[in-house]
Amino acid sequence: MNYALNHFPEILQRAGQHAWLAGVPLVLGLLIAVPVGWLARRFPKASPWLVGGSGLLYTIPSLALFILMPLILGTRILDPLNVIVAMTIYTLALLVRTVVDGLSAVPRDTVAAATAMGYSPVRRFLAVDLPLAVPVIAAGLRVAAVSNVAIVSVASLLGIPNLGFFLTDGYQNYDNGEIWTGIVSCLILALVFDLLIQLAERLLTPWQRVVHG
Amino acid sequence: MITSIWTWLTAPAQWSGAGGIPTRLWEHIWACLLVLVIAAAIAWPLGAWIAHAGRGRWLISVANAARAVPSLGLLFAVAMWMSGMFSGSTLAFTIPPTIVLVILAIPPLLAGAYAGVHEVDPAVRDAARGMGMTGGEVLRKVELPIALPLILSGLRSASLQVIATWTIAAVLSVGGLGRYLIDGLASADYAQMAGGAVLVAVLALLVDGMLALLQRLVVSPGLTGRRRRRARTGIPRATASRPTA
Amino acid sequence: MIRFEGVTKKYDDSIAVDHLDLEFPDGAITCLVGPSGCGKTTSLRMINRMIELTSGRVTIDGRDIRDQPAAKLRRGIGYVIQHAGLFPHRTVVDNVATVPLLNGWDKRKARARAHEVLELVGLPGNFASRYPAQLSGGQQQRVGVARALAADPPIMLMDEPFSAVDPVVREQLQDEFLKLQGELGKTIVFVTHDIDEAIKLGDQVAVMRVGGRLAQVAQPAALLADPADDFVADFVGRDRGYRALSFADTPSLPLASEPTIELGASVDQARAATSDRWLLVVQDGRPQGWVEPARLTGPIEADSLHRGGTVARVDGPLRASLDAALSSPARRGVLVDHEGRLVGTVRAHEVLTAIEQTDRPRSDDEASGGIRLGKERG
Repeated sequence: MNYALNHFPEILQRAGQHAWLAGVPLVLGLLIAVPVGWLARRFPKASPWLVGGSGLLYTIPSLALFILMPLILGTRILDPLNVIVAMTIYTLALLVRTVVDGLSAVPRDTVAAATAMGYSPVRRFLAVDLPLAVPVIAAGLRVAAVSNVAIVSVASLLGIPNLGFFLTDGYQNYDNGEIWTGIVSCLILALVFDLLIQLAERLLTPWQRVVHG
Repeated sequence: MITSIWTWLTAPAQWSGAGGIPTRLWEHIWACLLVLVIAAAIAWPLGAWIAHAGRGRWLISVANAARAVPSLGLLFAVAMWMSGMFSGSTLAFTIPPTIVLVILAIPPLLAGAYAGVHEVDPAVRDAARGMGMTGGEVLRKVELPIALPLILSGLRSASLQVIATWTIAAVLSVGGLGRYLIDGLASADYAQMAGGAVLVAVLALLVDGMLALLQRLVVSPGLTGRRRRRARTGIPRATASRPTA
Repeated sequence: MIRFEGVTKKYDDSIAVDHLDLEFPDGAITCLVGPSGCGKTTSLRMINRMIELTSGRVTIDGRDIRDQPAAKLRRGIGYVIQHAGLFPHRTVVDNVATVPLLNGWDKRKARARAHEVLELVGLPGNFASRYPAQLSGGQQQRVGVARALAADPPIMLMDEPFSAVDPVVREQLQDEFLKLQGELGKTIVFVTHDIDEAIKLGDQVAVMRVGGRLAQVAQPAALLADPADDFVADFVGRDRGYRALSFADTPSLPLASEPTIELGASVDQARAATSDRWLLVVQDGRPQGWVEPARLTGPIEADSLHRGGTVARVDGPLRASLDAALSSPARRGVLVDHEGRLVGTVRAHEVLTAIEQTDRPRSDDEASGGIRLGKERG
């Protein structure tokens, strides 16, 4: 507790770094996963490859992926871009399946009605399918957010600044308070992400708030 | 860059001795197996019981929430907490990460067993009992085989989690492939780090592939692709759905 | 014989079954019918102890069901439920072999028996290796029945077994079930919420009311003719008078001989055969349909027949004879023998006369009142 109080500005700064490393991939992953998920729905034969292929990336352990990133990107090992790209890959791996599931859960009658009213395929996707898939996608996004926040701390082993610094530094200094500061800060950040996504979901799906009966 | 990694991977010195790849690989696999066996022994019966008895569901929620805890933090915290307990023994290095990994492996295993058993159609369970199966027979012959796909999915995520975290656990001086990543980092030897990273990635992919294969072999074909076939028989939704009795 | 003696099932705040006394005769189908919440399913499930009774006694052949372990009791009682509850991970044949295997049969013998029973419920051999998910709802129900029959239990408990399939398949399943029961003669307890199903299938129908009390137990004909109270009358429904005819055997009706013509005969032959507008076409003595000789343009073909009329068996229920007369374009109902050969025709008013002369299981006052009313109007 003392550690946290004495180092409050530093915690905020590292939390900001952490949020950036975990949050940007979340947005990028979602932006890529939506068209990929649409492709998978559109071309069912390609679906197992798209979903399975992105799932395969998820099996690569985080530390290994961080280390291998410079090989692909030509970056230095300390470059935060490695973490951003690696986390985007993880997010994508989780979200492609979620987007496919979410789109599959849209009632067929609704889609048929929209088509019958004369929506073009792309407009129908944006105006009908996607909004109705929001609850499922949001659920997947929450899982990805929590997992991202936890994984980013691993990057601190490589010296990339984030909340994980308190973990490695605390272990080196034999400072229990510092380690727990790191753990609790990560949990709080994960909670903030979770709440923000829930809030966004509520704003995007006003129809879900209508009380039935 | 890639050639230096290749040189590192293929150097004969890398393939023998205490720090050699076969030894490190074996250490890694052995540790992960041990962790998974302990975690499964705890999580599977517990998950099946919760689904069966319908009590203690909060445990599932707690386990899911526990996934937010950074594994690195847990490793350090437990290592520190236990640092005095096994002084002088090599166990001092191995036991804390083993405990942490068991803790981390439990949530996916528990969720898999719970969801699998929970998903068994109540009519199937009712029929099994009505035909004269004892509680144990219902579990062994009906619930577990039907739950198998989800139980194995849980095992797959748990094993990935364990392989990844044991790699990180190398910072606590345990053996395994993670040594190359951590030692390479300490001595600024990128070839060693990247070579180790490749090995870890290949191990994870192979284990996942093998478990996927196992899933194919042991899960009844009656359970896979079930929706597709039902759709093909063309039972209208109205008749297939459950009227309220 | 299954016997309920003052059987009660209480839950914390409600009574599901209230002092039920009921007998289920051997070799007969007893239908438990009633609105939802009347305790019919609870009553059925107390027989194989899926639900334990609170007080009272259930005996099978005089032996209390609590005398043996529940699992052992259940292995000797067939159990069929609404959604079949087939094991999705086992093939059809392995599903059916379940109880024989539980009873310790060896695998080969159990499977041979399973194939035998599948044949019995009308599922040919190529279904045996399929998985439940590959079957239609009706086929799944058949497997459910086969699975219950596999160990040849003397008693079968059937809880709304046909209610989840569409009406056409349901009727088919009911007919086959009756035929099967005719061969097997099991003691069957059949729960349904559908009074028509109960009347069609039951040798005895027990109507239950909400609160788990017995409203009336009777043979279907008696239930239709003489409901014990308003609740039963309401539940049995409006056109029960007409439906009751299903249970009245056709008395000797005044049969008229009908001129007929063979399928394939020429126009001239047809016109020579009758002076009436309609002519009955037969093949090997079996009625095929009606033709209008005046409208014929060529030899009588199967395609050109009017097939609107139903055909009734001369020894069948009155309802069928009346329907045959009403549905025939010639207004003459076609009656056949048990081999489907033409016996003669009958007119609707002749069937009605026969109905009025039948002894109805109803008090004389009401019956004569009905007739008098009819006469005044005429």
